[in-house]
Amino acid sequence: MLSTAALLANTPPQLLPARELMAFTLASHILLVPFGVALPFITVLMHHRALRRDDPVALKLARRWSAVMAVQFAIGVVTGTVLSFELGLLWPGMMGRWGDVFGLGFGVEAWAFFLEAVLIAIYLYGWRRLKPWTHFWLAVPLPAAALMGAFGIIAANSWMNTPQGFGLDAQGNPVDVDVRQAVFTPMFGPEYWHFVVAMFMTAGYVVAGVYAVGLLRGRRDRYHRLGFTLPFTVAAILTPVQFMLGDSAARAVFHKQPVKFAATEIVWKTDTHVPEYMFGRLNSDGTISGGLRIPQLDSILAGFKPSTQVTGLTSVPAADRPTAVQATIAHWAFDIMVTIGSLLILLALWYAWSWLRHRDLPRSRWFFRCAAIAGAACLVTVECGWITTEVGRQPWIVYHHMRVSEAVTATRAGSLWAMLGIVMAVYVAVFGAFLAIVLTMRTRWRIADEGSAAARAALPPETDTPYGPRSEPEPAAAGAAPGGGADGRSGGAS
Amino acid sequence: MMAGLIAWVMVLAIAAYACAGGTDYGAGFWDLLAGGAEWGRRPRWLIDHAMAPVWETNNVWLIFVFVIMWTGFPRMFQAVFEAMWLPLALAAVGLVLRGAGFALRKPSRRLAQRRVFGAMFAIASLLTPFFLGAVLGGIAAGRVAVGTDASADAWANPASVLTGLLAIAATAFLGAVFLCSDARRFGADDLVDYFRLRALLAFCAVVVLALIGLPVTHHHARYVWEGLTGGPGLLLIVLAAVCGLATVLLLLRRSYGWSRYTSVASVALTVGAWGFAQRPYVLPTSLTVAQAAGAAHTLRWLGIVTAIAVVLVGPALVLLYRLDTMGELEPLTDADTRAARAPGDNL
Repeated sequence: MLSTAALLANTPPQLLPARELMAFTLASHILLVPFGVALPFITVLMHHRALRRDDPVALKLARRWSAVMAVQFAIGVVTGTVLSFELGLLWPGMMGRWGDVFGLGFGVEAWAFFLEAVLIAIYLYGWRRLKPWTHFWLAVPLPAAALMGAFGIIAANSWMNTPQGFGLDAQGNPVDVDVRQAVFTPMFGPEYWHFVVAMFMTAGYVVAGVYAVGLLRGRRDRYHRLGFTLPFTVAAILTPVQFMLGDSAARAVFHKQPVKFAATEIVWKTDTHVPEYMFGRLNSDGTISGGLRIPQLDSILAGFKPSTQVTGLTSVPAADRPTAVQATIAHWAFDIMVTIGSLLILLALWYAWSWLRHRDLPRSRWFFRCAAIAGAACLVTVECGWITTEVGRQPWIVYHHMRVSEAVTATRAGSLWAMLGIVMAVYVAVFGAFLAIVLTMRTRWRIADEGSAAARAALPPETDTPYGPRSEPEPAAAGAAPGGGADGRSGGAS
Repeated sequence: MMAGLIAWVMVLAIAAYACAGGTDYGAGFWDLLAGGAEWGRRPRWLIDHAMAPVWETNNVWLIFVFVIMWTGFPRMFQAVFEAMWLPLALAAVGLVLRGAGFALRKPSRRLAQRRVFGAMFAIASLLTPFFLGAVLGGIAAGRVAVGTDASADAWANPASVLTGLLAIAATAFLGAVFLCSDARRFGADDLVDYFRLRALLAFCAVVVLALIGLPVTHHHARYVWEGLTGGPGLLLIVLAAVCGLATVLLLLRRSYGWSRYTSVASVALTVGAWGFAQRPYVLPTSLTVAQAAGAAHTLRWLGIVTAIAVVLVGPALVLLYRLDTMGELEPLTDADTRAARAPGDNL
């Protein structure tokens, strides 16, 4: 970041805090996005199984996932709203000049999100009183609404990367806006599918990881096996798909944003037979320290043959490309993402092999250890993918048309640093509390499950009716329904 | 022509947010004033129950307003967010605290946690509408023009402060009126009178603030004053007053079927009157709708997107509100998810 300041003498002092604030809030929000987009889908799958096979364990899982979703969706809504404030608070220059060119994607996102919020409210609060199948069918459009919402956001982001659909007048202001061209930009397709599949994969691995921990701790009951198998299967199927999509997205960047590609692969000079560096650091004189060098590979990956010419960073003036530090950041993020993605493919293959061989989960504890951290690893790849695309775009906010420094607010740097401090404190508290609440929910459920297992062992089978759509609360299982229903309070305590 | 239409869509979306979001802010206001844990237990239970299924949806109106602003009137969006930096930033923080506090309070089973989350929710419910109102007041008073730098002058002036306070009072009024009906719906008869009294008090506050607002508007927001004291602006203000009085009458007669509609109408008509009063400016008196409008092609598409939204979101919203008012939407209880008490739970 400091070298940015050195390179661009006209960098305003508020640029750094503005970027940090945007980065921090977006990095936080993006952790919740996989669950907003894909958790409804996974829950609906489980719900379908519960209804179709009259499976009480699946029903319990689907209900518990909805209970988590209720909290997670709320935090996602508010942290997402902050981002739309920040477009104006931090980057008024971009919105003022380009808002009418690329803003429409957000319009699609807004109504898709409206639909999602309505449907999710009906789903989360419809468990008790709606008819089971009516309730289920009302949730079926949810994944489609979520995909539509992602459409809007990615349309806007891919436009920033490959802006089109406008002409420029003498003052450099956009004229002759063509909305369709501005929505379906060259980077839109690759970015959209890569993003959407990432969301489903991540949600699948994270949810499965929770039950992998349970299985590792010896809770090898049907509840844990089902809770693990369904989301993990979704994620495992998507993993190889994602690898192909990621590969084609990288090649799309190579063709449409060659300088960004050069940053993610730390290619200094335009050349053929370019080697691939795994990690390593780009110095500002163009040399590379450390890293694993594989001859020719970068050219082969980009164009399938060693003679492919790869554009280097020095093909454009220093002020128009990411700095060495930024390139190194994008490169590391990209490499971490690819490494984790490759490891996840191995995990998915292990799982597939085990199913083909003996129609069962792998027996090895190492498989479940890996599965338990796959969710966290996937969240890391989401962050890395986002860092790659955003840092690799620097110094442009609208690629080749507006610099980040031209878009930034005129607010004093001090105010922005102060706001960053406030926002960090608020977010740490909110996310910490969210995590604590979800962990406590898990504890309550585990205590109840262990209690009912003990009760089942102690009591004759006919008194055991733990499942059913509307069973009476049992003293052991429904500890948090104090005061009875007479004063209308029992529901309120939940 | 198209720009004018989109400008009205924006005014309608602001009115919708003022009504739908306002009701939730109002609920938060009464949560703040509900007293200690024991004393405020039942009002808070009602607020929780009434708000939970709909507040996220209501919040989306605000995003809709922003999208229309930056896509339809990008220069206005830029000017407002540059000049009103601090109140908007604080409103954003308030939104996070309010939503997170509300969502995290529900699954908490410890009194101490609930107190913290509840306080977060309630205090932010007071501050957020104030700051958003202050922004509107500043715009109406002509404190924002293209290129205005951020300064306290833009929003810490009599018109802004008064609009902020009016926003709090109006949301408190809406919240109490809705909670009256909700209390009846949930069969909590003691709470009906509890919120009826509060609705009447909030209406008195609105009236007092509106009366103070007369000289303030006259002096500080001259252009809007002219618009409100003649033509369609005046008509809507009179209608809003009639609706407000009708709400009071209905409350006094304990007839809660229509009171929600009249209260919503009074707030929406007030926002509409402001829209008429500002014509043809989006930023009085420096930037007109036509000057601020974005590319014509985009505006046409924005119209199409809005039409699709009406067709798709309209029925969904109706379904949600119908299911909600029919009492079909209930949160999952601990019995439904089979949860036990964790160590340390004391509620």
